[in-house]
Amino acid sequence: MFAPGTPVQVKNDWPETRGPVHIRTPHYLRGVKGMVVRHLGTYPNPEDLAFARPAKPVPLYHVAFDQRALWQEGAAGDEVLVEIFEHWLEPL
Amino acid sequence: MSNILETDGERLLVAVRDLLAAKGLASTQEILERMAITDAASPGQGARMVAKAWVDPDYREIMLADGTVAAGALGIPMRGAPPLGVLENTPELHHLVVCTLCSCYPRAVLGYPPFWYKSAAYRARAVRDPRGLLAEWGTVLPEGMRLRIVDSTAEYRWMVLPMRPAGTEGWTEEQLAAIVREGDMIGVTVPKLG
Repeated sequence: MFAPGTPVQVKNDWPETRGPVHIRTPHYLRGVKGMVVRHLGTYPNPEDLAFARPAKPVPLYHVAFDQRALWQEGAAGDEVLVEIFEHWLEPL
Repeated sequence: MSNILETDGERLLVAVRDLLAAKGLASTQEILERMAITDAASPGQGARMVAKAWVDPDYREIMLADGTVAAGALGIPMRGAPPLGVLENTPELHHLVVCTLCSCYPRAVLGYPPFWYKSAAYRARAVRDPRGLLAEWGTVLPEGMRLRIVDSTAEYRWMVLPMRPAGTEGWTEEQLAAIVREGDMIGVTVPKLG
């Protein structure tokens, strides 16, 4: 489990290149660094649920990303807050 | 066998409904109840929550801690709905909600999403050019107010608790609810008088 404030990086992984998938991690965040804000609960993995496979519960976090760093444009201090499942996050 | 695109929608619905009942998954009654709840949901429900939070600090606290509990407390049906999170706008921080992946939306409290919410343009620009997008809605954030875009990607559904506008002192909950619009609870606009 990640504590609030933990710096993390979203995995730079592209499962959609390997076959049919259902991924809740947006493309624009793959490989991007952010910070865990809080644990939102633990839910069955939607990547398995979508294919009616047994789905293991996975912790879900609110993770904050610097909006300007994502696009090299925007206003200082603005952020994007996104729900990311734990198996997509690596500690920094 | 007929092409599914040419199938009569009503007949298909009846067939699926009968199959769900035959397999004991959901009775016709349950499905009709759910359809009635879905059709009854509207931004007016969310507006009632916002108005109550503006006049009742205890309710506000509950709403920010657990939107599902707060909605249920006003009699809004939440059974089976995804968890509801509430994002508090302050003089320092404004929230904007989007679902870049699809069209996740707090339907239980806001009803069907507006057409533009699902558009590729809104979904892309909300994360890439949010202040430009807000300006087109006539929403210009004051100097020093940060913007937090909430990309609703997974289990939660999010609504914004906007700030109560000046000039509404002494108003009743009903009067306050009447000025809260759908866009105010998505974050593209802020409540205004008149």
